[in-house]
Amino acid sequence: MIAVENVSKWYSDTQVLRECTVNVARGEIVVVCGPSGSGKSTLIKCINGLEPIQQGRIVVDGVSVAERGTNLPKLRARIGMVFQSFELYPHMTVTQNIILAPIKALKRRRNEATERAYTLLERVGMREHADRYPANLSGGQQQRVAIARALAMDPIAMLFDEPTSALDPEMINEVLDVITALAQEGMTMVVVTHEMGFARRVADRVVFMDQGRIVEDSAKQEFFNQPRSDRARLFLSKILQH
Amino acid sequence: MTNFTWSYLAGILPLLLSGMVVTVELTAASLVGGLLLGIILAVLRISRLRVVALAAATYVNLLRSLPLLLLIFWFYFLVPLLVGRPVGGMTSALIGFILFEAAYFCEIIRAGLQSVRRGQVLAGLASGLTYAQTMRRIVLPQALRNMLPVLLTEAINLFKSTALVYVVGVRDFLTAASIIGTRDNDLVPLYLLAAGVYLVVCLAASLSVGRLRRGYAL
Repeated sequence: MIAVENVSKWYSDTQVLRECTVNVARGEIVVVCGPSGSGKSTLIKCINGLEPIQQGRIVVDGVSVAERGTNLPKLRARIGMVFQSFELYPHMTVTQNIILAPIKALKRRRNEATERAYTLLERVGMREHADRYPANLSGGQQQRVAIARALAMDPIAMLFDEPTSALDPEMINEVLDVITALAQEGMTMVVVTHEMGFARRVADRVVFMDQGRIVEDSAKQEFFNQPRSDRARLFLSKILQH
Repeated sequence: MTNFTWSYLAGILPLLLSGMVVTVELTAASLVGGLLLGIILAVLRISRLRVVALAAATYVNLLRSLPLLLLIFWFYFLVPLLVGRPVGGMTSALIGFILFEAAYFCEIIRAGLQSVRRGQVLAGLASGLTYAQTMRRIVLPQALRNMLPVLLTEAINLFKSTALVYVVGVRDFLTAASIIGTRDNDLVPLYLLAAGVYLVVCLAASLSVGRLRRGYAL
């Protein structure tokens, strides 16, 4: 469903992605990991065209993302995205956050969108906070709302950009549980994360990046048991010590 | 000071009021004009096209380095030379105020827009909103909220600055007070009265800005 083919990207003179190729099939859950600065967040932002690419091709559900003339808002409306720093809109209540895009981009009716928002809030355990403002919620609660907001567009795939990195340790699990439940329902997902326990439980495949390159792309078992590259081995030894 | 009685005050009130109307009109027109031009300048200043951004920045820095009084003089004396007929004190003052205030408003608006995190734009775009929708629904409401206190403070400044039209003979509030004072040989009480009115208006406005600031504190 998502095909990244030989993608390279530069910020002025610095190359941040080097000939990256990844495929994600429908229903597949791919975890992207690697040291900071390795290009994982950049790669995931290229998938829905938030970051332009200079070389290669990205095709999502038959639509070429980086091509001139592609209706990006229409494509993005079908791909949910969750950010490291939540990015809830601070001037709107939880419900208003969730119904904005369905009303404006999908032209849904307000009461219809609100009903759907309540259902989704129920699902992420935030129904009773529907009328609160983001500033009055904990990080974990904000991130669960952000997930509900992405789901409100009935996406065909979800992109998670380090969804737990900005959270206090005691809140990480409440967010991971929501993502895990989503995975078990068959949602196609690309998750950038350092949570290797989560990767072990949920991922189908693990992609390991280093210095803008995809160093390893293997099935979960293989990645954790016998990583092929030294870089991945070193990374795992560092991260699993904790 | 002897003839400064309630009945005297009632007698000069119409003149003072008509002066205050001119002051308020000048403030309002400069505010609207300055804001519109300021928004355009702010958008140009954050443009990715270097030449455009540089031109806007040059304008802003140039205008902010000139005394407002000089600008008013310029348009009062220079524009008639260019267009071949007098343009009048009101018009020249208004042009001066708008061009001058636009430079300040530009900086306030730019800071307001830049106070909204880039992640907010990304979140809006990622959810399927167009760039225009993202600006209108997500960035502008937050930017406006952040810059409202500063905008109002600048509006108060503008209200006081309009007294400068005295030099080009526009009959604003201060000029009206001055005219009456000269006519009745009563300058001191009238200037005191004028000061009192400016003080009350500006103080009331400042206090409400302070309240607004606290109300919106994030």
